[in-house]
Amino acid sequence: MDWLQHLATGFGVAFTAQNLLYCFIGCLLGTLIGVLPGIGPVATIAMLLPATYALPPVAALIMLAGIYYGAQYGGSTTAILVNLPGESSSVVTVIDGYQMARAGRAGPALAAAGIGSFFAGCAGTLILAAFAPPLAEMAIHFGPAEYFSLMVLGLIGAVVLASGSLLKAVGMIVLGLLLGVVGTDVNSGTVRFAFDVPELIDGIGFVAIAMGVFGYGEIIANLSRPEEEREVFSAKVQGLMPTREDFRRMTPAILRGTALGSVLGVLPGGGALLAAFAAYTVEKKTRLHPGEVPFGKGNIRGVASPESANNAGSQTSFIPLLTLGIPPNAVMALMVGAMTIHDIQPGPQVLTHNPELFWGLVASMWIGNLMLVVLNLPLIGIWIKLLSVPYRWLFPSIVLFCAIGVYTTNNNSFDVWMVGAFGLAGYVFHKLGMEPAPLLLGFILGPMMEEYLRRALLLSRGDWSVFVTRPLSAGLLAAAALLLVLVLLPAVKQTRQDAFTED
Amino acid sequence: MRVKNQKDFLAGLLFMAVGLAFAWGATHYPIGRGAHMGPGYFPLVLGGLLAFIGALVVFKAAVIQTEGGNKVGPWAWRPLLCILGANFAFGILLAGLPGLGIPSLGLVAAIYALTFIASLASGPLRFKEVFVLASVLAAGSSLAFVELLQLQLPLWPAFVAG
Repeated sequence: MDWLQHLATGFGVAFTAQNLLYCFIGCLLGTLIGVLPGIGPVATIAMLLPATYALPPVAALIMLAGIYYGAQYGGSTTAILVNLPGESSSVVTVIDGYQMARAGRAGPALAAAGIGSFFAGCAGTLILAAFAPPLAEMAIHFGPAEYFSLMVLGLIGAVVLASGSLLKAVGMIVLGLLLGVVGTDVNSGTVRFAFDVPELIDGIGFVAIAMGVFGYGEIIANLSRPEEEREVFSAKVQGLMPTREDFRRMTPAILRGTALGSVLGVLPGGGALLAAFAAYTVEKKTRLHPGEVPFGKGNIRGVASPESANNAGSQTSFIPLLTLGIPPNAVMALMVGAMTIHDIQPGPQVLTHNPELFWGLVASMWIGNLMLVVLNLPLIGIWIKLLSVPYRWLFPSIVLFCAIGVYTTNNNSFDVWMVGAFGLAGYVFHKLGMEPAPLLLGFILGPMMEEYLRRALLLSRGDWSVFVTRPLSAGLLAAAALLLVLVLLPAVKQTRQDAFTED
Repeated sequence: MRVKNQKDFLAGLLFMAVGLAFAWGATHYPIGRGAHMGPGYFPLVLGGLLAFIGALVVFKAAVIQTEGGNKVGPWAWRPLLCILGANFAFGILLAGLPGLGIPSLGLVAAIYALTFIASLASGPLRFKEVFVLASVLAAGSSLAFVELLQLQLPLWPAFVAG
């Protein structure tokens, strides 16, 4: 039981006063943005990145990770009490959660979400601890050709599993890759596409892209919709404890949600959102017990399962990041940026070079989950109060934090102009139905892909067949091609559309 | 010919324009060969690929019928201009524009400007409310970012602080 020993070292790292504090701050912020509709983990993490420069890397990553999984807890509160998803991964929780609240059962619904999330978080952490080392072991033997193919698979996977038009999503990846080209070419020292702007020599800042597209773009889009009527079921939250009957129903649902979420979190393009959708679909396919409330009318399984799944998915999506250096979703793409800031190259070497960072992060996730249960169940009253804060006070504050955050990245107002430009781009993407997440993934992976492509072809003396003659690389590319073919089959196309549209 | 999918049609055009621009720009750098790629190689290939994808999207949007034509709909000019305007005002006031001779007015002034301009995005100005919000944000940010996190931000105008 090697990894149990590693886990012990991890707890040693996580149980210092400083790391506990940052874990708590991360969880608190995560819950906060989870509860508030209209701001997600991508914008928040981008906003806070500059504040983590001065921190030791372990503390910074512990805090940023806490924001992501903390948001999964908070999102359910809004979904159940206000009929609005606080977080996109809580969209399906709204369906049954709100119906439970209307029937006066908000307490058990919140408890089911909290208990499910906690169980899933613990399981996800253990899976991360158990599966990351062997995977990293394998990845150590990857050459440049394998890495290139792996990134192709990762990017294709990310768009196949996402919703919306496949072709446009692929276009967004390529656009992201191109934006990643801007700046100094590491091989020749040539400055590309910088238009003699000195600030562009180091490339476009990913904080500016993430905040502009995900922060400003979303705010503008939100403001263009008429404000929803919010009805908060605050008075009706008494008696959190689910009944014995509830427990009997939700236990298998939590187990199924956790299992499904853990698997889907690892896949490229996976993570919390996909996990929640899939879990709800599976739950709906199971047979109802006699006397059980049907789905859509307040079935507790419809809350427990997707909430477990989104939390499990958010934990296991760290596996590809920490072992292969490939971010499976936009949040993990930002984590790559956070690690690079602290001079940590994400990939298999994290485990060997920075074991205390890896195991400390894993251990902190478990502690964080424990904190989150406390934050979200007994202290639910605070979050309910927060829900009555109107959006018109909220969005100027978000704009301000984005602007301050982006300015302090380099203490340069050029980044402020950039975030404005990307805010405009983000709104255009929104209007034209172009998904921004693949763009961010492409942008982060672009420079790495170019580097591996060059190295692979240099080693093979310009022979492109190296990608298909090396068995592992060929396998990865074949998997990517298979994914593309599969998704273009009419039958799969239909289910893919169904999975993302809820009746 | 009538466009059958307006959103996709415009998205495709956007892809084509950006792709061609990158590909054209890439030809100004050494391209090299597969074994020794120059700095222009990768962007040239990707730019071409993006333009090709864009052309496909445009073609599909022009030919395949969609329900309701997938219209782009009206643009939300007010939020767009207010949010971006607030951002730019913040940048100008915080650091100034030395090129145009505009001095730095500091964080506090920048926060008031940002809050007021941004608030216009959601409807008519509620002066008192926004003033209170801006004051809270200014005090909170000064405390959190400048005092606690020690970020390098000028609090007051350059000519006051000296």
